[in-house]
Amino acid sequence: MGVLKVRGFSLTRSFVVPLVALLVAVGCATGSSSDKGSVSVLAAWGGSEQDSFMAMVKPFTDRTGIKINYTGTRDTSVLTTRIQAGNPPDLAGLPGPGQMYDLAKQGKLISLDGVLDSSQMASDYAPDWIKLGQYNGKTVGIFIKTSLKGLVWYVPKNFQAKAYPLPKTWDDLLALQDTIKNGGTAPWCIGLASSGADGWPGTDWVKDIVLTQAGPSVYDKWAAGTQKWTSAEIKTAFQTWGTNFVNKSGYVYGGAAAMKSTDFADSATPMFATPPKCYMHHQASFMSGIFVEKNPALKPTTDFSFFPMPPVTSANDGGHVVAGDLFGMFKDTAQARALMKYLVTAEAQTIWVKRGGALSANKKVDLASYPDDLSRQMAAVLVGAKIARFDAGDLMPPAMQSAFWKAVLDYVSNPGQLDSILTNLDKIQVDAYK
Amino acid sequence: MDIFQLLTLAGVVVLVPTALAVYIIGLEYVVRLLPDATQPRVRPWIWVTPALVFVALFLVYPTLGTIQISLLDRAGNFVGLANYATVFNDSGVIIAIRNNFLYWLVLYTVFVLVFGVLLAVLADRVRYETLLKSLIFMPMAISFVALGVIWKFMYSYQPADAPQTGTMNALVTTLFHAQPVTWLQDRAIDNPALIATAVWGFTGFAMVILSAALKGIPGDLLEAARVDGAGELTIFRRVILPLLMPTITVVGTTLVIFALKAFDIVYVMTGGNYDTDVLANRMYLELTKFSQPGRAGAVATILLLAVIPVLIFNLRQLRAVESRR
Repeated sequence: MGVLKVRGFSLTRSFVVPLVALLVAVGCATGSSSDKGSVSVLAAWGGSEQDSFMAMVKPFTDRTGIKINYTGTRDTSVLTTRIQAGNPPDLAGLPGPGQMYDLAKQGKLISLDGVLDSSQMASDYAPDWIKLGQYNGKTVGIFIKTSLKGLVWYVPKNFQAKAYPLPKTWDDLLALQDTIKNGGTAPWCIGLASSGADGWPGTDWVKDIVLTQAGPSVYDKWAAGTQKWTSAEIKTAFQTWGTNFVNKSGYVYGGAAAMKSTDFADSATPMFATPPKCYMHHQASFMSGIFVEKNPALKPTTDFSFFPMPPVTSANDGGHVVAGDLFGMFKDTAQARALMKYLVTAEAQTIWVKRGGALSANKKVDLASYPDDLSRQMAAVLVGAKIARFDAGDLMPPAMQSAFWKAVLDYVSNPGQLDSILTNLDKIQVDAYK
Repeated sequence: MDIFQLLTLAGVVVLVPTALAVYIIGLEYVVRLLPDATQPRVRPWIWVTPALVFVALFLVYPTLGTIQISLLDRAGNFVGLANYATVFNDSGVIIAIRNNFLYWLVLYTVFVLVFGVLLAVLADRVRYETLLKSLIFMPMAISFVALGVIWKFMYSYQPADAPQTGTMNALVTTLFHAQPVTWLQDRAIDNPALIATAVWGFTGFAMVILSAALKGIPGDLLEAARVDGAGELTIFRRVILPLLMPTITVVGTTLVIFALKAFDIVYVMTGGNYDTDVLANRMYLELTKFSQPGRAGAVATILLLAVIPVLIFNLRQLRAVESRR
């Protein structure tokens, strides 16, 4: 060691001592915790959603001693990067079925057929929900929670003040918005901005319209990439949205400029102003959580409520677009298997349902578990939907979905260019589904 | 983190310095055995080799890897230049190329340089120069992501009947009594709005370097020009500017490289919507969102090819400036 002693620098002191300290610390840290092992989980939830997930897995940890190491990030590229680097988490939230198919195709997702009890699954879940988690007949994804799309939010006291009736049919809705417009207020508040995903709130409208105007078979073909965007059905859906709502002068608060520049989470705020600047807001079930987050004084049912978007044609009555948070398994460990098995149970799903902000697709979850009438009503719509279809955008490959978001923004800016917008989507469709 | 990962980490922390120490001490020992005349020729290579290895490992290898990936499809089959054809047929990429070259490369570089020169020259003549330069330089201390977030608030839009929360629209509505502007959603002004943000963030960089070069111009040279009866504007045009030119060129080429790899501001502020996309964002999307590593590789290679001539020019200029000292 004498050679390495340069002006008081000692290799022993500089490297070896801290190293020994580090190793001792490591030994202590791992020795005390990893008796039963742990599961690493990566998902997009933060804040209250993360708290709810941790509450959901707490009984599991208490019972089995298996620790959950949760990482929350909204950046979907974290998962892809970790998979590419050969270092995936044990379990991870998937952005949607589209991404799930992609990962399953690449062989990154572990089949859950040997993990989950198939007869239990069949009795707990509607066949549609099980099918949505499958790729080539193998279950590779499960739903932690679900949401209901295509709801129209309104403020009951505003509706009562003007004696506006709740619309049951498409014609009712069009008549109601004319009445509101004639009363001097814009009927709708719409915000299409969303960091990194601008445009998606608009695509939700188009999905609703395709499902209840053209019907579920066109919707399925459209999501699967076999229905041309330039086809009469899809073009009509865009036009129905444009001519009746977004491009109709005075029907959206602030017009196209406000739609494009307002974040979806802030867009309904003018509905709660006095006097209201709009009366209706089209958004999924999770919006109730955002209302309360923006203004904790608001109470569900009394301060805000919803009615399902009426079907465009009565033949497709009861058609609803649904969505959900999928989970997949990337590493096959005993601990990960145990956690997967636990997460699909009614017991686990009831925990999040009780905390609010989630609907469960598990039929065994008691409707009484929902924290308020509003979420109970949503759960009832979800369970009772005659035609339930998963969010078509999430079913599309990411490149197609991304182009759909952009197309909506372009359509709102330049309704006259619909044909060229749809032609471009067709071009992307040919490539994206390869 | 499991014990295995930590052991690997500890191993790396110890092994890498040990290996380097053994390498240097051991080879120095070997060199000393060589004849005295050969020693000076061999020794530099011993010191340079680790650096060369690291450059090869972390720069050359990934570059060649990227070029290789750009020739493969998603399944890993060789497809020749098909990815390049797809990329050049994508109207989104064409817009990104336009933005990179027209807005970023030209407008951004020119504005940063013009403001940099003006501020350096003007600040040189005032008493509170240090304060002024510190203020202008300050945005350099924030990351481009933070810069984007701040300016997104500055550009925020509210309908005309609501109070304007964004600084820009507050100015537009109260000072000029005009309608608020959707700065980041209107195709006519969104690119210039992004460029303004980037210029604000980077002018300090150009100013500081140009200011240092300005201080290097001998005072008697300016004095002689004044004695000869030259006005201040003539001195600026005929004396200062030519002497600053080599530095301006180096700063300019550096800015061009920054312009070609522009990403953060666009990603944060518009996400590339409304025709504001840039190539780096396309690359990011293709790789992480669309799972098309081949196309991402093609975009990366295009960027690399665009940067190489600028890099060579920049290095030559740098050498020219240094040789003049």
